[in-house]
Amino acid sequence: MEHVLSARSLFGTTMGFHIIFATLGVGLPIMMLAAEIIYQRTKDPHYAIMAKRWTKAFAVLLGVGIPTGTIASVQLSLLWPGFMEAIGEVLALPFQLEIYAFFLEAIFMAIYVYGADRISAKLRILSLSLVSLGALMSAVLITNVHAWQETPTGFEFVNGQFTNVNPWVAFFNPLFPVTAFHVATSASLTGAFVIASIAGYKLLKKQRSIEEIALHKKAVIVALVVGGIAALLTGLNGHSSAIGIYKYQPEKLAAAEGLFETTANAPLSIGGYVDPETQTLKGAIQIPGFLSILSTGSTSGVIRGLNDFPVEEWPPLYIHILFNAMVGVGTLLIGISFAGIAWKYLRKGKEYPKWLLWTFVLSGPMAIAGIELGWVFSEIGRQPWTIYRIMRTDEAVTLTGNMGLFFLLFIGLYLLLGITVVAVLRYYFKRHPLIHDLGKIGK
Amino acid sequence: MNEATLSILLLWTFVFVYLIAGSLDFGSGFWAMVYSNRKDTLAGNIANKYLSPAWEVTNTLLVMFVVALVSFFPKATFTFGTILLVPANLILILLTIRTAFMVFAYSAKEYQKILNQISGITGILIPALLVVVLPVTHGGYVEGTGASQQLLLGRVFTSPTVYSFIGLAILITLYLSSLLLADYAKITGDKSAYLIYRKHAMWTGPLFFLFALFVLFALKNEANWLYENMIDRWLWLLLSVIAFAIGYYSMWLKDDGKEIGRPRMALIFIGLQLFIASYTYGAAHLPYLIYPATVEESFTNINMYRSLIMSYLIGTLLFIPAFVWHWRLFIRNEKYIRGS
Ligand code: HDD
Ligand code: HEM
Ligand code: HEM
Repeated sequence: MEHVLSARSLFGTTMGFHIIFATLGVGLPIMMLAAEIIYQRTKDPHYAIMAKRWTKAFAVLLGVGIPTGTIASVQLSLLWPGFMEAIGEVLALPFQLEIYAFFLEAIFMAIYVYGADRISAKLRILSLSLVSLGALMSAVLITNVHAWQETPTGFEFVNGQFTNVNPWVAFFNPLFPVTAFHVATSASLTGAFVIASIAGYKLLKKQRSIEEIALHKKAVIVALVVGGIAALLTGLNGHSSAIGIYKYQPEKLAAAEGLFETTANAPLSIGGYVDPETQTLKGAIQIPGFLSILSTGSTSGVIRGLNDFPVEEWPPLYIHILFNAMVGVGTLLIGISFAGIAWKYLRKGKEYPKWLLWTFVLSGPMAIAGIELGWVFSEIGRQPWTIYRIMRTDEAVTLTGNMGLFFLLFIGLYLLLGITVVAVLRYYFKRHPLIHDLGKIGK
Repeated sequence: MNEATLSILLLWTFVFVYLIAGSLDFGSGFWAMVYSNRKDTLAGNIANKYLSPAWEVTNTLLVMFVVALVSFFPKATFTFGTILLVPANLILILLTIRTAFMVFAYSAKEYQKILNQISGITGILIPALLVVVLPVTHGGYVEGTGASQQLLLGRVFTSPTVYSFIGLAILITLYLSSLLLADYAKITGDKSAYLIYRKHAMWTGPLFFLFALFVLFALKNEANWLYENMIDRWLWLLLSVIAFAIGYYSMWLKDDGKEIGRPRMALIFIGLQLFIASYTYGAAHLPYLIYPATVEESFTNINMYRSLIMSYLIGTLLFIPAFVWHWRLFIRNEKYIRGS
């Protein structure tokens, strides 16, 4: 049992680290594309500068995103060979197609960065669109595997053997569309709010030239518009995700809402914590009937409670907190972007107040937290299954023990990378301050 | 040819492509380190010119191989995953440090020297560890069967076969990359860099050949079935030796009055040599995937096989234009290499 725990910890750590860079790898190209397009439209050099500086940051982040992604894909086979065996039999397609998404991103990234001065503006935008497409596709395709773990289809499972396999039915498993959309919009939102964070922070600092302030204000607006749209879509679609778990993984919904008894007119519970001893939810705000309405469309909809399921198949009950926190982040981000945009257009000419700038600064870390919370909720909420109702986690795990040492080694590795990547970014942007780029305009 | 054989052929093609791309990548990284702060020559810059746009694509090739292995031969995943846990995780750590620090080195100019050293040294260790997977598949390094397999690390790292493979991998890396960079330097007309890389090609070539012989003899002792199978294909081995001889010799040929040596021709013939030699090894390895498990036993189901082949065909066709553009912009573009 112990090595199941170390495999889980090791893999969870790898994914938790990779996802930060992977998400920015999807979100930043979208922002770069937005800036390039606005630049081609308006010819305002500020947008060209933004695209250039964000590209630089993106190129540095790739140096962590790509090797950690490589770790993720190899460790899937090393730590969960039982799972990957099933994948090889039933769901190899998304992994395969993902390779092409990686090639797309890698090739056009090289062209955009190293070939920029030798191709036309149109081809630059085309290259960058293909980079974004590649990044988005890689996210969607890997999410396909995740969705299949939740709703496995496209095979028959007889005596521990996968037979009658249909790879395309497996690919278009029921949760794929909603899940992929949710991951795509949440990644776009994250790229945008991280930019809002940085621009907000720069606006808070004193002693900026007028040019610099003007540029950061434009960056804030691009970020809030892209981020606001993406956040709204994420929230709306998160609702569809919740309907998805109502349909396909009722025990996950029950644990997420701390609901023990099957009931119609089920309440939506916000906050609080689940006490398994007394089978109650303590300290939560409850909106009567709302869970039934959200999941089924009417208060008479019946929601199944945890007691309908064998205790050994319950997911850990603390996922209620993770779920609430993710939804909380989504709601706050929608609020922040609307407040920012409204301020700009309703109170024309007025500077952003300090408190609003501070919410911009917080929005980036919040978005990243949202990504982590969402994934950990979804993964832990699937326990004890690796492939829902087909393969348990302890059946998927490797037989090799002694992973404790590797766990420590990889934690050390991620710490080293995390610290160096921040140091390198700071060093680079200190060495190449915005004022230099602004000074080059018109020369 | 049946489906399983066709799949292993495809897989082996990925290995071959990665062998070339990886050697060029890790080798260039190593030379970039060696010459990174020599003011008297641009040899380091030339290596970096190749590395910058190429490393991402090379890395994707590695992932492509792992994915193809699991997809075509899922029934071998448990064995591979279990026995390779230690070496593969070590490779991942090295690969991560190498990639990250190489990328960081472009941005933090002041710390370039130390960053280049870290990525250059870890880079050259990666092929050395990757190649260890090959002797492990020959059998004899795994204890137990089924649910209790374990790689005998002690035996792996005391085996002369393993060390011959390691030596071979490092030398291929250095040899191929010196030839490539010699070619690059010739295009830029940088004579001092050209002579440096030509010099390195001159000594790494024969050593590479020597290690190839070591490997053959080590196999005779440790995996006789494989050795016998290779010797049965002696004609191919002979062809491979001839290709090597031509490739090596072409660095002495005069190129219409210019500098001595024709690196482009050398690259082509050494590539051909590696192609012949690696397919001979691959063919001799059959029918085993990981001795004593065969390719046939580990194969996926037929429906999956069909959809995989389809996706490779369509994907490859779609990607040809992109690869060509990339190649033209960076690999075979005199203006780019000269740094216009
Ligand atoms: C910034 C990121 C972010 C934000 C603001 C939200 N989500 Fe989310 N959510 C994710 C990022 C995310 C994710 C990381 O992308 C997950 C994890 C696994 C997945 O497929 O998407 C996810 C999963 C996920 C699931 C679980 C799907 C499953 O377990 O299969 C549900 C039910 C929701 N989300 C619902 C919501 C709702 C109602 C939100 C309201 C605003 C919301 N999410 C905001
Ligand atoms: C849903 C979660 C994930 C998302 C959104 C995601 C997305 C991405 C993106 C966008 C990149 C490109 C890196 C960058 O541009 O910064 C990347 C790299 C990579 N990811 Fe992930 N990834 C996820 C999870 C995984 C998992 C589970 C695996 C393992 C199968 C994986 C394997 C890889 C690999 C191998 C690379 C490197 C690609 C290369 O070699 O070029 N990723 N990922
Ligand atoms: C990138 C965001 C992701 C994060 C943060 C994440 C996190 C985690 C965590 C914390 C666990 C351990 C759960 C537990 O055992 O309690 C886990 C397990 C696992 N995840 Fe993910 N994961 C991510 C994406 C994915 C994707 C896209 C896939 C599919 C390719 C995947 C496949 C698995 C598998 C196979 C396991 C092991 C078996 C299991 O515990 O169910 N993960 N992940």
